[in-house]
Amino acid sequence: MTRRRTLAVGLEILVPVLLLFGWQLYTVHAHSFKFPRLSTILVDFKKEWLFAHVGSDLVPSLERIGAGFAIATLVGIALGVLLGMSTVLRRIATPHIEYWRAMPPPALLPISIILLHSIQNRQKVAFIAFFCVFPVLLNTIDAVRGIDPTLIDTARSYRVPWQQRVWRIVLPSALPQIVAGMRNSLALAVIMMVLSEYFSSSSGVGYQLLISKNTFQFGPMWAAIVLIGLLGYLLNALFLLIERRLLAWHRGWRAATPQ
Amino acid sequence: MLAPDALAPAAPATRVRLSTRGIALPTLSVAASLALWELISRTNTISQHDLPAMSTSFRALWHLMETGAFWLAFLRTVRGWALGLLIAAALAVPIGIVLGSFELAARAFRVPIEFLRPIPSAVLIPVLFLTLGTNIRSEIFLATFGAFWPLLVQTMYGVRDVDPVALDTGRSFGLSRLERLVRITLPSSVPYIATGVRIASTVSLILAFTAELFMGIPGLGQKVNVVSSFGETDKVFAYAIAVGFLGLAIHLVFSGLERRALRWHPSQRRGTA
Repeated sequence: MTRRRTLAVGLEILVPVLLLFGWQLYTVHAHSFKFPRLSTILVDFKKEWLFAHVGSDLVPSLERIGAGFAIATLVGIALGVLLGMSTVLRRIATPHIEYWRAMPPPALLPISIILLHSIQNRQKVAFIAFFCVFPVLLNTIDAVRGIDPTLIDTARSYRVPWQQRVWRIVLPSALPQIVAGMRNSLALAVIMMVLSEYFSSSSGVGYQLLISKNTFQFGPMWAAIVLIGLLGYLLNALFLLIERRLLAWHRGWRAATPQ
Repeated sequence: MLAPDALAPAAPATRVRLSTRGIALPTLSVAASLALWELISRTNTISQHDLPAMSTSFRALWHLMETGAFWLAFLRTVRGWALGLLIAAALAVPIGIVLGSFELAARAFRVPIEFLRPIPSAVLIPVLFLTLGTNIRSEIFLATFGAFWPLLVQTMYGVRDVDPVALDTGRSFGLSRLERLVRITLPSSVPYIATGVRIASTVSLILAFTAELFMGIPGLGQKVNVVSSFGETDKVFAYAIAVGFLGLAIHLVFSGLERRALRWHPSQRRGTA
């Protein structure tokens, strides 16, 4: 059993290393200007992103992700609690939610620019927020509907006012699923950031990706791709860390109560 | 073991019930919002140049739908979507079965999968410009790449979640590895795969459309790009409406399929623990 575990851990480290090594080996021998050596990409990464373009491009992109994600989370939770608790409101909202969540986001890129007269932060944040609402919203509705009705009824018969009911019962019970929705939203926010910046912008990581491609600077282009990959990965990891803290009580409770 | 948080299986689609009793309210709500759109535009609350009236947009859509060019673009987008989804399924389901069945294989590819999966597929667009070029192959590649990951993860989860008692029973009845796979593992992972297919079907459409919009590959995405650069706002809205309905149709069809796939599953049957 321990030998098996060592083998598993060994493979877990060995395979990625081999893949990276294979990439380097291939690019060294291919001599293709489109596929620079892995080592060249890393050098370009250092030149571009440590820390020449951080202030001018990485920070604006992060701000857009942050603002869009924050708005989406607040709107998603508020609307989700409302729709989760009221059947009438849910009936009214369902056709709209179903239509807009199935809309391929890039179809609204030109419209967002026309309506907001902007390719700056206003349009980027609005675009990111609009599409990031849906994972939070749908998860919140689902979670609120799934709350044990006995809890709500008990609170009601004790005449707990509705603000207290929402704050003390509905939100805490729904939190684990809301957080799961937020994590999907965050991943989506990175994608929406890249799409909107790649479509039209004057700064940002997506913008750097576009101009390095258009000016045939393939080293910096790959460096930008690596950066966006890292960004998605790190934001997810960071969120998991926060989630673990935020939901520590939930895990403890789940572990203590047999399901 | 994979970290449970990193590759959590997606929840099945929430069911939208539309009973005859409940249909009046949604209908009214749609009608009201369409009327509001018309009003905002006609009263120039938002300039008609920026927000064409609802009637103008739908008229533009109607005129587009009378042209063959619209339907050709429509079919091209559907083709990119369908091929992307099919190829992704053909790759992801077998690979998912292998990775789900063999712990060591899953461990070996855990890091590459966890790193590649969250990469926004859109970053591949510049690479595709350089390699496959601005044609259908790039579109299919992008759609396949996007649709691959949810299918892979769901399949892996489905295979892992097979009841070990059922597998042991199969083994003691002398079923071979292949028979156990076909008779026990695959049927019990169908609901997971169905959820994966539902998610992948949406992702595939988004990426087929994205490839067309950003790379100028013929299809609805390219049309949107052309009309928006000519400033034909009513047509921009008309195409967006059309794409929205295509997305909605795909979503509804695949949620329906998912529910069918779930229906026979013990977890969905009433009266069983």
